Amino acid sequence: MSATEVATELIPSGIGEREPLVKLVGAKKHFPITRGIIFQKKIGQVHAVDGVDLEVYPGETLGLVGETGCGKSTTARLMTKLYDLTEGQVFFDGVDITKFNRNQMRPLRREIQMIFQDPYASLNPRKTVGTIIGVPFRVHGTLSKSKIKSEVQELMELVGLNPEHYNRYPHEFSGGQRQRIGVARSLALRPRLIVCDEPVSALDVSIQAQILNLLEDLQEEFHLTYVFIAHDLSVVKHMSDRVAVMYLGKIAEIAPGDTLYENPKHPYTGALLSAVPIPDPNLAAQKKRIVLEGDVPSPIDPPSGCRFHPRCPRAQFPTCREVEPELTRHHRGQFAACHFPLEDRAVIES
Amino acid sequence: MPEPLLQVKDLKVHFPTDDGLVKAVDGVSFTIEQGETLGVVGESGSGKSVTFLTVLGLISKKEARIQGEVLFRGEDLLRAPDDVLKSIRGKSISMIFQDPMTSLHPFYKVGVQIVEAIRAHLDISKGEAMAQAVEMLRRVGISRPEERVRQYPHEFSGGMRQRAMIAMALSLNPDLLIADEPTTALDVTVQAQILDLIDRLKEEFSASVVMITHDLGVVAEHCDDIMVMYAGKPAEYGTRQEVYYDSHHPYTWGLLQSITRIDLPRTERLRPIKGLPPSLIFVPSGCPFHPRCPYVMDVCKVEVPQLVTSNGRHASACHLSLSEKERIFHNDVAVQA
Repeated sequence: MSATEVATELIPSGIGEREPLVKLVGAKKHFPITRGIIFQKKIGQVHAVDGVDLEVYPGETLGLVGETGCGKSTTARLMTKLYDLTEGQVFFDGVDITKFNRNQMRPLRREIQMIFQDPYASLNPRKTVGTIIGVPFRVHGTLSKSKIKSEVQELMELVGLNPEHYNRYPHEFSGGQRQRIGVARSLALRPRLIVCDEPVSALDVSIQAQILNLLEDLQEEFHLTYVFIAHDLSVVKHMSDRVAVMYLGKIAEIAPGDTLYENPKHPYTGALLSAVPIPDPNLAAQKKRIVLEGDVPSPIDPPSGCRFHPRCPRAQFPTCREVEPELTRHHRGQFAACHFPLEDRAVIES
Repeated sequence: MPEPLLQVKDLKVHFPTDDGLVKAVDGVSFTIEQGETLGVVGESGSGKSVTFLTVLGLISKKEARIQGEVLFRGEDLLRAPDDVLKSIRGKSISMIFQDPMTSLHPFYKVGVQIVEAIRAHLDISKGEAMAQAVEMLRRVGISRPEERVRQYPHEFSGGMRQRAMIAMALSLNPDLLIADEPTTALDVTVQAQILDLIDRLKEEFSASVVMITHDLGVVAEHCDDIMVMYAGKPAEYGTRQEVYYDSHHPYTWGLLQSITRIDLPRTERLRPIKGLPPSLIFVPSGCPFHPRCPYVMDVCKVEVPQLVTSNGRHASACHLSLSEKERIFHNDVAVQA
């Protein structure tokens, strides 16, 4: 898949700009495994992300899904330059930031923010909420001290917190409210890109829906671009314009949300979708299941050829074991890396 | 009619704390028949876990005020002496927990832990118990069980640890398996494997299962009867068909409207339940759900609604009239598929 193909195919409808906000080209991140304390010897490496091409367009929500250890969080951290790439390039707004150092990144940090999974661990328990939300202003010096408080209170109101609770501590808030604090903090500098890493998976169902609605409202109001990471496929479906499915550090399939869910091409996508329990007993009884055996192999020594072949119900040998599949186009904007893709409507009948 | 396997009558579990009395469970009644799967749904703090920890006698009477009756095959477990409880717990009733990482002991080999559970109840040699442990691991789908029994929990993946927990729970052929959020910490593909495994073993061992979960999808696929809990009380009780297609409680409606659906086209907006779950110390007057209920009436603020049966076992605790409930559910809540 070439970059131009992507540009003409993958842009979600209704979004005019054709230049991606963030672009990963051949991105790899390998973490070394070492032995020894003083004389550290490298004995292997974890292929966390292993050759990912990905574009995120302004105003869209790109969903990243996959099982634990598939590299979705690492991919997001490469986009935000929280990790340096082992190989490949990362562009932000057309500028190659692969080799940027801390100082060069600083102005860009205003434009890229993150919301984390655990609202209990991501807020400093010894700081008041007002201080926590105000930190970005102090770090970047964008506001004079006297203005910070009123700005923070405005942010609190925006995310549905009572501004009078400015001086309270995180433990006085419930999980959902804490996640709102995290959202307020990420919005403080009016970023363009927000990476949401499992933002609702620690929350109860009724609170999840409140936070998802809030994120949608804010996206509309501030023209935000989201990278939305979650292991819950129905949450990702609800939020995303496009969804990328990752498996062992590579993209297995990427497609517009509805296409992906109605018509998955990669057997792994099909298996993931068919494993999601449907909250409708009659429909659930009709569902066709693609059962996956075993667990995800170790990313230290990923399988040859197609990484999914040891678990794939459609694998044919020797092709799948020897030849690594390229991402190829199926429907509009849909690309899957598979030698023997699924037929149309293989999972969900409609 | 045969005697139900488990019958809980008006169970109350209150914890006295410095801040006040925490009414974790406040009047729960239900029955489980032989071979049935009961799904217990509710958000954190709804009392679903405490209810079943109490059934197992795992809530200390020193810490909590426990009232009501827990009849297991007619015997009241709340008043049973310790040795009777010990012989039932782990053997006739066993439990698997949410986090397989913390429920296995990291210092002991998996096989040793299963052997210990078996030998606590059966008078057999270590060798025989070990053979049984290997066989159980094989039955829950762990490959090369002879080697696996000699490994430590950290050498197992999350899904395999949960399988090992299930093997341990089922090794004494229990009549009732209580699964407290058994798949919440697992990936969807592994979740599907584990739930299928529980379904299959339930058939093989003809056991009853209680599935405690917050996932309405899991309940829809795997449970016969459903109890929806809110603030320590059952809000609605019914068969799977009744709860999904003919629900009678505004809290159930709220849950059904809050979830993102994978089986439907991307809906424009979720309709979350407003507000927050109540504090269990200062439970709202009247119906505990009234501050969050869109259909609240004056009576809801003063009078606690009783769990009233409408037909068969379908029951709900709500002041709305039956015809009102049916009208609202079918006009506003039921999904137009």
